[in-house]
Parts: sequence; structure tokens; C-alpha cells
Amino acid sequence: MILDGKCPSGPLAEKWDKHRQDMKLVNPNNKRKYKIIVVGTGLAGASAAATLGELGYNVEAFCYQDSARRAHSIAAQGGINAAKNYPNDSDSIYRLFYDTIKGGDFRAREANVYRLAQVSNNIIDQCVAQGVPFARDYAGYLDNRSFGGAQVSRTFYARGQTGQQLLLGAYATFSRQVKAGTVKLHSRTEMLDLVVVDGEAKGITVRDMVTGKISSYAADAVCLCTGGYVNVYFLSTNAQGCSVTANYRAYKKGAFFANPCYTQIHPTCIPVTGEHQSKLTLMSESLRNDGRVWVPKKKGDKRPPHEIPEDERDYYLERKYPSYGNLAPRDISSRAAKEACDDGRGVGPSGFGVYLDFADSIKRLGENTIRERYGNLFEMYERITDENGYKQPMRIYPALHYAMGGLWVDYNLSSNIPGLYVLGEANFSDHGANRLGASALMQGLADGYFVIPYTIADYLAKSKPGIVKVDHPEFKKSQEDVSALTTKLLSINGKRSPKEFWRDLGKIMWENVGMARSEQSLKKAIQLIPELREEFWKNVKVVGSGDTLNQELEKAGRIADFLEFGELLARDALDRNESCGGHFRVEYQTGEGEAKRNDKDYCYVAAWQFKGTDKEPELHKEPLTFETLQLAERSYK
Amino acid sequence: MDLKLYVWRQKGPDSPGKLEQFTAKNISPDMSFLEMLDEVNEELVKEGKETIAFDHDCREGICGTCSQVINGIPHGGQDKTTVCQLHMRKFKDGDSIYIEPWRAKAFPLVKDLIVDRSALDRIIQAGGYVSNHTGGSPDGNAILIPKPDAEVSMDAAECIGCGGCVAACPNGSAMLFTAAKVTQLAMLPQGKVEAAQRVCVMTEQMLKEGFGNCSNHYECQDACPKGIKVSFIAKLNREFIKASVK
Repeated sequence: MILDGKCPSGPLAEKWDKHRQDMKLVNPNNKRKYKIIVVGTGLAGASAAATLGELGYNVEAFCYQDSARRAHSIAAQGGINAAKNYPNDSDSIYRLFYDTIKGGDFRAREANVYRLAQVSNNIIDQCVAQGVPFARDYAGYLDNRSFGGAQVSRTFYARGQTGQQLLLGAYATFSRQVKAGTVKLHSRTEMLDLVVVDGEAKGITVRDMVTGKISSYAADAVCLCTGGYVNVYFLSTNAQGCSVTANYRAYKKGAFFANPCYTQIHPTCIPVTGEHQSKLTLMSESLRNDGRVWVPKKKGDKRPPHEIPEDERDYYLERKYPSYGNLAPRDISSRAAKEACDDGRGVGPSGFGVYLDFADSIKRLGENTIRERYGNLFEMYERITDENGYKQPMRIYPALHYAMGGLWVDYNLSSNIPGLYVLGEANFSDHGANRLGASALMQGLADGYFVIPYTIADYLAKSKPGIVKVDHPEFKKSQEDVSALTTKLLSINGKRSPKEFWRDLGKIMWENVGMARSEQSLKKAIQLIPELREEFWKNVKVVGSGDTLNQELEKAGRIADFLEFGELLARDALDRNESCGGHFRVEYQTGEGEAKRNDKDYCYVAAWQFKGTDKEPELHKEPLTFETLQLAERSYK
Repeated sequence: MDLKLYVWRQKGPDSPGKLEQFTAKNISPDMSFLEMLDEVNEELVKEGKETIAFDHDCREGICGTCSQVINGIPHGGQDKTTVCQLHMRKFKDGDSIYIEPWRAKAFPLVKDLIVDRSALDRIIQAGGYVSNHTGGSPDGNAILIPKPDAEVSMDAAECIGCGGCVAACPNGSAMLFTAAKVTQLAMLPQGKVEAAQRVCVMTEQMLKEGFGNCSNHYECQDACPKGIKVSFIAKLNREFIKASVK
């Protein structure tokens, strides 16, 4: 099937305005009759629920955390982009659009990205009005800083906690609607199934994580704002509870999964210390402005760093990429670190780390300047590693960080199932094959505050409210399926814990579907994952019962989905015979080791349709057409 | 290293609870406190026993989910550190460690180390916001904010809502939490319009939830993993008096 992204016609800059005029509206008095389910309360979910509530819709919001304020958007450090051009450095909506498309290696939809750039300015205004304490200059104006992949300063920030402040802003407006009664919040509640009635999304089935009760909610439309899936690699910078479950269960009900192989690896994370490791911590990339990356020239050199003389060090980024040096793009820096470690020259106890050395900068600028710039990061590093980054080089290693892929949506954020909308990191739409820094927050809030309120009305206006009730047989069936799965997980009573399977899956994914993928490694993953999955269903041990708070059961359910989804990710990577953005196939690279795209054969969105757990999914394509931009090699030289 | 753990186990809010003893074996100093508990739980799974339930999520000190009283101190006593960022190198081989949930009247226990902190959400719902409608906001630079005011607002806004302040307070007070939000908004022109009403409704909700009052122990400030200062409580009181005499 050839998919249609439903982008409006007309000149790029006028598409969104024109489309807004063309869409239907719901009468203010009728809005309260429509029920909308919003799953997830991160930037996308909280902003969507709040805005839909303000408009008068009857919103039911769900999150697995104990409070809506804790979603993982909160961990974003750097900032949020907007095309305000406050610094007068020639920024514009067009330039933000262009940078985002280029950063995404020409694998995103022009119309979506342009709209994102357009509404970026409204987001800043909205957040300021909410009382988000953005950084200010001495005259009281908003301050900006620069970020990777752009030559202008367009990033707004709140210290190193921009995600936290934006989320708390969205959570505050969300809370206001809870108080007003337009939004009903269900915390500690996990979505375990999507209910589709006559081809349209009409509700969800959830498990109350405290009582274990499985129940369903019917609605006129469902919005999934359920984040990314990189915990399929076990170790990532995501929170422990982040999973693919909501998205994957929607996929099993017919929603297409688009570009799952587009995953982003962040180069500056704190290395793994051992098997016990549960997550990886990211340190802002800004550190690379003053730190020099190196490994010893000799293999297996175990001398402490200060005993390795200058001429026995390999400053490999400076050597390989003289023009960009330590500021080479994320994917290139990450791969170079992996190559050095695979070559036996990695540092630290595990051998999977490279040095990030501030000695030269401290000599040049003084320790105080470095402390002013990065003090909080040095503190965090010391808390985790017990090492003083001012006295000895930091050790860093790349880690999984963000999912550009997600459920397929059209221009209206509607999936291929009518009534199912997907927002934020959970959809695939705006970042192409690679996301630029400070763009995730922008997309989450754009979708929630400024896109969904318009596009969902067009769908709702076409049908009467409340047609499907929770007593419909589809809901009963859904609850039975969910209960059966829970019972099955609890009854296997094998020998290995859920976490052991998760860790094994992570190893398969990292080694074969990680930073450097090949046909051979991907085929290996596609063979190994189903074997592991089979073992899981025979040998997993889930302690406790289903009718109480049971964190092992929650984990097991999510891992069961990862064990299927990992295979889908690998299949997508195998199908894409090119390198682009975060997807690097070793067979397809330039002489300099850069990603080599194949626009002739792969300039499309790969959207996969579920055909059965042990059956191959079916590939549908949405061709990407570039009306405004010329496809070009993504070069930062 | 090997450690002796005494962990609070309680099946539910109405069941009796008690400290149960566990041994944590071969603990690496590089583990975080929660990774140490993960190891204990993995052993329990092998033995077919129910695991220790505890709240956690981001494991990088920002989401505010983790919540344990360790040897009598919320978050374990390392300066500006949440439980998830506390590392085992702070302990010695053979140490005994007591692990308990947040204890406060307004935080009913859910299971083991997990408590219900939705009372904090309801304080925010009462009025911890600017009542602006999405869309129609003026340009971001139309509202100028002096840098020092913006900095104080940001200092207060760093609160992660973990509730450690409540657990540390002998009165089970949520004054530091409430004060942080009141201050953040009261420092900004956008928040001034509703400042008087906000401080009243938030304080009222705080009392309704069963949180105690502040009697200047400053334990909250010591326990706060984000360094929120008690001076904000003074600001809260000032805002409250200002609102009352109007």
C-alpha cells in the first residue's frame, strides 16, 4: 500500500493556515459531549490534555507514574528551539525548517517540519505566559544559546533543566484543568490495549497498577503520547518505566509502525560499570566545546591517563575530522568511540570508554572558568563515578537516547486507524532519521498545544459523540485478552527473572542493531531475538500476584513487547539498504566514513503492518517528496 | 561488600508492617543505592519470593519519584542527592542499613516503600499555576523580567516534588514544597496577578490534606535534594500575610 501523508496543497508557508481554514469545527456547546483519552503526561500528553480540556472537551488522562509531573520529558537538559530571531542573527522560520530537515538527513516530511518551525514561536510565548523561568539577560530579555546542527542561537533554556521547567509548566496548566473538572487523571495506570471498533479507535484497556484491576475506557478518540522505545536496548538514557508497550499494542491492533530503525545514540554518557548497571546517564554535549577526546595509541594500555605521554595519545576526532574535531556530529563521534574501543584501545575498567580531557582548557582558561561553564556536570560526574573531572580526564561512552521512529501518522497526527492520534516522541513525523538537539521539547509541545486541538476537531465533527460504550463486546474481549496475558506471565514460573531476559535482549540489540549495523549482524539479530522470545515464554519467572501492586509483572509485560519489537526494529534496519542519520549500515558509507544515503531507492517512510507474532510484518511505503528543498548530502564541513 | 538491610515491608495501607532483614551480597561500590536493591530483588525472584516494592523512574535525580528514608534520613543524607544518585561507595562492608518509606499523615502507604503523594498534586491543582489559556499569549519578550528575579524564580522552580521535605519534617509539613511554587510564580510579573488568591488556596489545600505547619526545624532544607531554601517559606508567609490584610 502507498500511504498518503495528507499534506495540504499550496505553497509550503501557507499550507497550515489554509488547512486550518478547511478543517471542521466542533461547536463549543458540543465539545463536552466528546470524550478524548490521552495516554501519557509528558510534554506532548500534558499539553494536549490541558489544551483539549481548556477547549471544553471531556478528557481522561492516563500515566504509569504516581504523578503527572514525572514523565521523562523532565530529564531533558539543553533547551528548546524557536525561530524568534531575537539575537538578530538571521534566523527565520525557513531556516529552522531547513536545519531540521537537513539534520534529519532528508527523511522527514517537509510540510510537518515547516509547521513545527512556524508554531515554535508560539510555544515560547505560551511557556513564558505560564511562568516558565527561562534564562534572562541583564536587561530582562530572554536569553538564547547555540546548539548542535545550527549556525544561529535559537535555543531557549532554563539552566540545565529546560525539560523539567517546560514539563512543570505543562503540568501546571494540566492541573488547572483537573481542578476545573475537564481533565480526569488516572495515575499509576498502564495502558495495555487499544480497543478498535468497526475500524476506529474507541478506547483503551488499562491495568490499575495498585489494585491490579483490569478495566476499559471508551472514548470518541484516543491520543497516544507515550514516548520512545530505546529501552529495547536495555541500557539507555530513558527512565526505567519507558517502554514500547502502548505503541506496540496499538501496532498489534493495526496501527502502522514507521521507521523503527531510526534511533539516536548520544556520544557523551557516563560509561557502564558492570552487569548491575540499570541505566546510563547523559551529560550535556556542550562539554565537547572544551574537552578533548582521546584514547591511548597502544592497545590494552592500562596506565593511568597522566602517565601516558602526549605522543602516545590518539586524539582521534581531531585526527580524523580536522575541521570539526571534538565537535563532530553526534553519530560520527559515537561511532568513532566504538571503533576505538573495538580496537582494544578503550579506557576504564570495562574497556568501553574514551577520555574527555579538560586539562588543556583548564591550563588555557583556568579551572574557575571551566567550573562556571560546566560545574553542575562535573558534580554529577563525580557523584556517579567518584572521580574528579578537573584532576583527571572524564570517561565517556555513547548510549541510546532517543527514538525518531514511532507510530505512523499523517499531517493531522492521525494514525492509519481513524480516531487514533499519536503525539511527541511516540510518532515518527518530524525528525527524519536524526533529531537535532533542543528539538524534542519543541515537537512535543507543538503537537500538544498547537496541532492536535485543531486536527482532532476535524475528525470529531464528522461523527456523533459517545456512539460506542464500554459495554461493547470489543471491550470485553480486550479485557479478556489482557487478563489472559497477565495470567500467562504469572503462571510460567520458570527459572530466569524478567530482567535477565531484558539484559540479554539489550546485548543482542546493542551488538547487532546498534551504532554500526550490517546485513550480517541484522540477520543474526533476527535469528536470535525469536529464540530468546521463545525461551522467555517458557522460562520466565514472575513472582507475586496479579491483583496487587507488582513491579515484576509490570516489567515482564513490557519486556514481552520489547522481545517482539526488537525484531521489528532489526527488520526495518535490514530493509533500509542505505545509511542515513542515526541509521548506519557499514556497507553504505563514503570514503570518509560518513553515512551514504540512497535517495533513488529509499526516499520513503517505511511503515510496518503487524501480521502475527511469528510472521513477517508487511511493509507499506509513504514516498517523501521534496517540493521546496533539494536533496543534498548532509555535510557539516 | 556485604550489607545487612532492614527494609520496611507492608502489603497494603491496612496491613501491619514490619522491618524485614535481608543480606545484600557482593555489592560493588559503583552501584547506585537502587541498583543495590535491584540485586536484592533479583535474589528474591530466584527464591520465588515477592520483591521489595519501591518507587523509582528516571534514576538521574530529576523526576522526583524515588523516595526512601535511609538510616533515618530522607534520600540518605548525601548533600543535594536523591536516592537514585546515592552510590554504595558511601557505605562500608558489613554496614547495617535501615530503609523505610516516607512517613507522613498526608502520604498514605501503598506498599512496602511506596507511598501515595497525590496530596502534593492536589496542592498544585488548587492554584499552583498562572491561569492563562493556550494561545493568545503576548510575545515572550513583551514581558521583561529582571535577571535577579528570574534567578530566584528558577531557584524555587527546581523543586522536583519528591516530598522528602515532608518526610524530614517532624510536623509532616509541606511548607517547603508549597513555598517553592508560590515563590516561583510570585517573583514573576505573569504570576503576580493571581498571587494573593494563589497563596491562600494552596495553603488551605495543604492544611486540608493533613500536612502540618512549619515550626522552623529546617530539616526540610537539609533533606532537599535540590537545595530549596527555607527562605522561601519566609516568602510564603509574607505572601500569605500580604494576601490576608488586603
